[in-house]
Amino acid sequence: MCLAIPGKIVAFHERSGMRMGKIDYGGITRDVCLEYIPEAALGDYVMVHVGFAISKVDEEEAARTYKYLTEMDQLQELEAPEPELGPPEAER
Amino acid sequence: MKYVDEYRDHAVAQKLIAEIKRTVTRPWTIMEVCGGQTHSIVKYGLDYLLPKEIELVHGPGCPVCVTPLDMIDRAHAIARRPDVIFCSFGDMLRVPGSNGDLFQVKAEGGDVRIVYSPLDAVRIATANPSRKVVFFAIGFETTAPANAMAVWHAKAQGVRNFSMLVSHVTVPPSITGILQSPNNRVQGFLGPGHVCAVMGYREYEPIAARYQVPIVITGFEPLDLLEGTLMTVRQLEQGRAEVENQYARAVSRDGNVEAQKMISRVFTVANRSWRGIGIIPKSGYRLSYELQDYDAERIFEVENIQTLEPAICISGQVLRGLKKPHDCPAFGRECSPQTPLGATMVSAEGACAAYYNYGRHRVAVESLGAKV
Repeated sequence: MCLAIPGKIVAFHERSGMRMGKIDYGGITRDVCLEYIPEAALGDYVMVHVGFAISKVDEEEAARTYKYLTEMDQLQELEAPEPELGPPEAER
Repeated sequence: MKYVDEYRDHAVAQKLIAEIKRTVTRPWTIMEVCGGQTHSIVKYGLDYLLPKEIELVHGPGCPVCVTPLDMIDRAHAIARRPDVIFCSFGDMLRVPGSNGDLFQVKAEGGDVRIVYSPLDAVRIATANPSRKVVFFAIGFETTAPANAMAVWHAKAQGVRNFSMLVSHVTVPPSITGILQSPNNRVQGFLGPGHVCAVMGYREYEPIAARYQVPIVITGFEPLDLLEGTLMTVRQLEQGRAEVENQYARAVSRDGNVEAQKMISRVFTVANRSWRGIGIIPKSGYRLSYELQDYDAERIFEVENIQTLEPAICISGQVLRGLKKPHDCPAFGRECSPQTPLGATMVSAEGACAAYYNYGRHRVAVESLGAKV
């Protein structure tokens, strides 16, 4: 129910006095109310819930978290067992 | 899809799980607050990947689940009226009241329509001036700004045939209720990511401090949930009890101030009854006095609602993290998503329905020693 999906703002328009945007979700586009993100600009990513953008995706934070996650514990990689170099199971 | 696919990377998930295993030294019980988080955890089997010391219990954050039966009966009575077009989010249609669900109301001639956004209901009202259009406004703080805007917009546009049946609930009072319970088992929370995208997380700071419980605001993808669990376990192991934000790409400490302003313009804090739990003081919203002309509960007087919940159902204890779905003798037998007996089975985000939909009723039946 509290599902919110990240999408990219590809166009702005107005509908009966409300600031709306066209949001692209990897190929599918929908109209979304942007009244709650007045600072939103073209190309920004927003989290959309029931037709409303509720927050702007902070790209720096996203990049920082992802970098941390992927680089987390690189030392651990060195401790990982050597990959099995034998032939594929089917050929054994 | 950007900001989705990368948070499902299984190699990174393995690293997080390894780090959790290295961090944990003793048993901890952690509750994920949101139904959406429960759904992700069960769908990806994240709880099976965690070390056995960590037990995830499932919280009350499923608005469809906790909408009380008398409110559902009231919705059905309004939807049956010939002068009404009744609009609802799709998840509410399958929820049975005392006498069938909204699909049945529709089959019997009620004009029931599924809307994607509450603004769609306002547009339906504009297009049908001779009918009364009622929107079933359920949800947590995530949904409140959208529903608030629908009323505000209807008023601004002079749409007089639109009203809302409001059954809004809020997260912090339910968390406090769980922590105050003498039987409480929860030692840390994965906080509700999208609720906090709207509200921020300042209001969770006094809860963490007063009850000495870590609260980590967490997203909904598998890597979010694993990182949130790791951050919670670190706090527990180090004896800290703070609010931390795993979901910083979508959540700030102050939240969405514009959305909060609209919520307080349109709604007033009210006591709310939670299905399976009972009344929690100041745990939701109703329309403010100035907007009572848009309040469907006032416009349509529905009397003689009497509801009876099955005595066997333990959904109240599941919602508070005291029990798991397969602790219930009815789970997967008399009670399934097709024939739900209580709150946690009526929505796909309820813990019982998630367990059932991902095949865990089979595990439960086998572990009970029954012949399948």
